[in-house]
Amino acid sequence: MAERKIRVLVAKPGLDGHDRGAKVVARALRDAGMEVIYTGLRQTPEMIAESALQEDVDAVGLSILSGAHMALVPRVLDLLRANGQENVRVFIGGIIPDEDTPRLLEMGVSGVYGPGTPTDTIVNDIRRSVLGSAEISE
Amino acid sequence: MDLVHAVLEGNRLALARLLTQVENGTVQGRQALEALFPHTGRAHLIGVTGPPGTGKSSLVNQLALQIRRSDPPRKVAIVAVDPSSPFTGGAILGDRVRMRDLSGDPGVFIRSMASRGSLGGLAHATSSVVQALDAAGFQVILIETVGAGQAEVDIARLAHTVLVVEAPGLGDDIQAIKAGILEIADILVINKADLSGVEATERALLSMLQLAHPAPRIFANQREHHHLAWDENPKDLESVETWIPPVQRTVAVEGDGVTELAGLIAQHVAYLQKTGGWEQREQARLQSELDELLRQALVRRWRDTVPEAHYTQVLQRLLDRQISPWQAVAELVNGGEA
Repeated sequence: MAERKIRVLVAKPGLDGHDRGAKVVARALRDAGMEVIYTGLRQTPEMIAESALQEDVDAVGLSILSGAHMALVPRVLDLLRANGQENVRVFIGGIIPDEDTPRLLEMGVSGVYGPGTPTDTIVNDIRRSVLGSAEISE
Repeated sequence: MDLVHAVLEGNRLALARLLTQVENGTVQGRQALEALFPHTGRAHLIGVTGPPGTGKSSLVNQLALQIRRSDPPRKVAIVAVDPSSPFTGGAILGDRVRMRDLSGDPGVFIRSMASRGSLGGLAHATSSVVQALDAAGFQVILIETVGAGQAEVDIARLAHTVLVVEAPGLGDDIQAIKAGILEIADILVINKADLSGVEATERALLSMLQLAHPAPRIFANQREHHHLAWDENPKDLESVETWIPPVQRTVAVEGDGVTELAGLIAQHVAYLQKTGGWEQREQARLQSELDELLRQALVRRWRDTVPEAHYTQVLQRLLDRQISPWQAVAELVNGGEA
């Protein structure tokens, strides 16, 4: 009974202490049938990469409200690559200025989501990028 | 096989990927497990169970820190199981939130698992995941069950030492004498012991232990097998000292009582080794695994011999209330096409 479950790590890097958004997304991914590893507040990029490795996740969701995304995200991406996890998709949520989004995508981020994004959008994007668009019927 | 060698050499990414294969029940995962099986049987498996919110994850965090501080430090793996949604199959695995103290230590490996429909407090693949971690050289494996109430006792089949974690204020002395989870405890932990009501909880647990008939901790269905030593020579029981589960107070978030708890775990290991209990648990575990696999294989083989149409037809008559479930089984197993 081979079963493909999408596993997603949801983490909050940096120092801001507000994780309501991360929890809402985690809950939406759960309701979409995914297994969500929730690691909580104030994670360092090293902690996030280590958790992603041990849990062998398909995707990492980072919630960042502090404005430190241009420092934190490249660090996470580098560590994932260094660990051999270049295939892990990285999604960013939180307060990200519009002009930073193209640069984040260029670095290798798979999606950037600001406040008010319907959770269905995030769910479908993760599913599509992990499983390949062929298997999605919306 | 590459994956197997990489796991044996301590490659953590290979191990993580193997665990996914094992969890998903793939052919590759199974083949790797077969190759790794000769390397298993070395780890001390410690189960941590108890009701939700009693602090199991925090306690596991502290125990792992304690084990890493021991001399020489032993490598620790943690398998933390949380429930899957019965409706969507999704899960939130949140045990790592309490285990952040362990990050950055290469001697620790934490894996979260969703229960995926299994009801005994573990996932179906947990014992296989534990085997893989054992083969990968982790000397202590802490297995945290889903928040367990009364009947989720699978952990007792898997672990050498079972900690049942309670907290003050969760139930009266009738709860304490019910069958089930308290019976499987090798060590009872009252966590959050700084809360009021701890004396009453301790009293209830201690009186439950005094009432308990000191019985060997082997599952009822295992006792039917004639070749287990306990039943062959009941006299041996009297010559062997009996383990009475100790009760330990802890405050996991502060680390209070954790050194003492680690000491009790070491005593339990010594007891198991002295009395032959270690081998006995190994046998019980492997035997129940064998029986389970046998059951699955036999059902599958039998199923292949039954034409789908016949099965559907019997099922339909059952749904129409023409035959009872027992009659359906009799017809499928004895009569019909066979």
